[in-house]
Amino acid sequence: MASIADTGTLPRAAEFRTCPDTGLKIDLAAEKLIRWNAVVAVVFLAIGGFFGLLVALTRWPAVHLLPAEWFYLALTAHGADVLLFWVIFFEIAILYFASAVLLNSRLAAPRIAWLGFWLMLAGALLANVAVLQGESSVMFTSYVPMQAAPHFYLGLILFAVGALVAVAVFFGTLVIAKDEGTYEGSVPLVTFGAIAAAVIAVFTITSGAIILIPTFFWSVGIISHIDPVMYKVVWWGMGHSSQQINVSAHVAVWYAIAAMVLGAKPLSEKVSRFAFLMYILFLQIAAAHHLLVEPGISSEWKIFNTSYALYLAVLGSLIHGLSVPGAIEAAQRRRGFTKGVFEWLRKAPWGNPAFSGMFLSLVMFGFLGGISGVVLGSEQINLILHNTMYVPGHFHGTVVAGTTLAFMAITYLVVPLIFRREIMFKKVAQWQPYVFGLGVAGISLFMMGAGTLGVSRRHWDITFSDAPVAFDYPGTAFLMMGLNGVFGVLAALGGLMYIVVVVWSVFFGERRTEEKARSEPLLPQDGAAAVATYGSEGTLKLPGTITLVAVFFVAFVLYYFVNWKFLSEVWPLS
Amino acid sequence: MTDTGQDTRASDQPAERVPFMQRLLDNPFLLLFLGVAVPAVLYLMWGIMEVAQIPIAP
Ligand code: HEM
Ligand SMILES: [Cu+2]
Repeated sequence: MASIADTGTLPRAAEFRTCPDTGLKIDLAAEKLIRWNAVVAVVFLAIGGFFGLLVALTRWPAVHLLPAEWFYLALTAHGADVLLFWVIFFEIAILYFASAVLLNSRLAAPRIAWLGFWLMLAGALLANVAVLQGESSVMFTSYVPMQAAPHFYLGLILFAVGALVAVAVFFGTLVIAKDEGTYEGSVPLVTFGAIAAAVIAVFTITSGAIILIPTFFWSVGIISHIDPVMYKVVWWGMGHSSQQINVSAHVAVWYAIAAMVLGAKPLSEKVSRFAFLMYILFLQIAAAHHLLVEPGISSEWKIFNTSYALYLAVLGSLIHGLSVPGAIEAAQRRRGFTKGVFEWLRKAPWGNPAFSGMFLSLVMFGFLGGISGVVLGSEQINLILHNTMYVPGHFHGTVVAGTTLAFMAITYLVVPLIFRREIMFKKVAQWQPYVFGLGVAGISLFMMGAGTLGVSRRHWDITFSDAPVAFDYPGTAFLMMGLNGVFGVLAALGGLMYIVVVVWSVFFGERRTEEKARSEPLLPQDGAAAVATYGSEGTLKLPGTITLVAVFFVAFVLYYFVNWKFLSEVWPLS
Repeated sequence: MTDTGQDTRASDQPAERVPFMQRLLDNPFLLLFLGVAVPAVLYLMWGIMEVAQIPIAP
C-alpha cells in the first residue's frame, strides 16, 4: 500500500471513530483540528464583536463613547479580529470537515496542519498586541503611507502563511481520499464548494504576500517607498478575494445545513457546480470595484473587471440563491408539505437554530448584501457612495448577515456532531439567530441609509465640531447613526447569546452519547447521505421558490434604478 | 467484487468518455490553476501594468 502523505518516516496509521449520528468515519486527528480551529475562531469573534460594539456606540452621536484615538484603535481591532481571525479560523475548520469528514478519509499530514494552526494563532495574537499598543491604528485596509508597527505586518504575514499551510493540507487530503478510494465518483457538492473557497484562498494569500512582505520591509526601513496606488491594487487582490472565500464557504454551509437538517439535495449538481466554477473564475477580479474612483487606472480595466466578468460571478450567486431554497422546497414537498405555495416554508423547522440561522443568512445575504453590492460595483453609482457608511452597510450585509450568521448556524450542528456535546440553553439558542439577525439587518440598513445621505465611513465626529469649515449633515443622518447604534447593541446581544451557548455547551455541556444519538436523532435518515454524496433532486416544480426569486428580482431592479435617480440628482446634466 | 479496491468502475463496460466539463470539475488542481491564473492576469498583471505606466510628476 503506497501512500503519499509523508508526515515522518511512515504513513500515519490514522485512528477513526464512527459517528453514531451520521455513520461517517471520522479521523480523530481531523476532529481535534476542527475543534481547536472552531474554538479559537469563536474567541476572536467575542473579542472583535466587543470592539464592534464600542465602534457602533462611538458613532451613535448621542453616546459618542470613545475618544478619537481609541476609536481608530477599536475600529482596527474590530476589522482584523472579526473579518480575518474569526472568519478564517472557522473556514479552516470547514475545510477539514469538508475534506476529511465528508470524504470519509484520513487527514493529510496532521502535524503540518498543527504547524499551520500555531502559525495562525501566533500571527493573530501578534497583530492584536500591535493594535492594542496603539501604534497600528491603520484600520482594515492599512493603506500606505499610513504606517503600522512592524509586528503588525509580521503578525498578518504569519497568519497568512499558517492559513496557506492549512489549505495545502486540505488539497493533500483530497488527493489521499481519491487515491485510497474513500468515496465514489465526484466529491459531494459541499466539498466542491470548499474547493472553490480553497482555490480562492490561494490567490488571496499570494496577493497578500506580494504586498504585505514589502510593506513589512518598508516599516522596518529597508524599503524607502511604497506607491499608494500600487499598494491598493495588490492589497485588494487580497482584501476583496478573501471575501470571496467567505462567500464560497458560506454557500457551501447553506447546502450542508439544508442537507443535514432536511435531507435536501441540490436541484442539479451540474448547475450548482457550474455556479461555483463562475466564482472560481470571475469573482476575484471584481476586486477592481474598490478602485473605481482611483485616478490613473483606465476605465477599460475597471469596467472589464467589475462589469462584464463580474456579472458572470453574480450569475453564480443567483444560481445558488435559487438552488438552496429550491432544494429546501423540494425536500419539504417530498416530506408531504405540498399545500399551496408556501406550506413548505411555513412548516420548516424554524425552532432549529441551524435552520433558522441558515435561512436568515440566505435571505439577508441576497437582499441586503447582494443587491447593495451590485449597486456599489457600478462605476457610475459608486461615485456617490464611495467611502460613505453605505460601504460598511453593504458588507455587514454580506460578511455578518451572510457569512457570520451561516457559520453560527452550522455551529449548532458542529457542537453535537464534532464536539459530541448537547447544545445547552436550548431556548437561548433558538432565539439567537433571530436576535442577531434582526440586529445585523438593522445595522446594515441604517448604515446604508446614512451613507445614502452622505455620511462618511471611518469618521469619528460627524458634527465637525472643531473643523475650520463647518458642515451640517441633515437631521435624518444623525437619526440613522443613532438607530445604527441601537441595532448594534441588539446585534452584540445576539453575538453574546451565541458565545454563551457555544462556550457553555463545548466546555460544560452534557455529552452526546450513542444512546442519545439513537433516541434523539439530530439528522433525518437521509441527512447524512444528502450531505456526503453526489446526487441531485432533479425537479423544478417549485412555485414557492420561484415566487421568492421573483420578489427578489423586482426589489433588485427597482432599487438599482432608484440609485441611478440619486446619481442624476447630484449630477444634473440637462 | 469490491476487494480489489483499485478501480471502482466496472471493467466489463467499454470505457466511457468523461465529458470535458466533468473532467474539469473533478480536477481540483486544474481548478486551482484556473482560479489563480485568471485573476492574476486580468486583475493583477493588467492593473499593475497600468499603474506602472502612470508618468511620475516632474
Ligand atoms: C456586534 C456586531 C457588529 C457591530 C455592532 C458592528 C459595527 C460596526 C461599525 C459601527 C463599524 C464602523 C463603520 C465606520 O465607522 O466606518 C464597523 C466596521 C467594520 N465591521 Fe463591523 N460590526 C459588527 C460585526 C462585524 C462582523 C461579525 C464583521 C465581520 C465578519 C464585521 C466587519 C467589519 C469591518 C471589516 C469593518 C471595517 C473596519 C474598517 O473600516 O477598517 N463587523 N462595524
Ligand atoms: Cu470587494
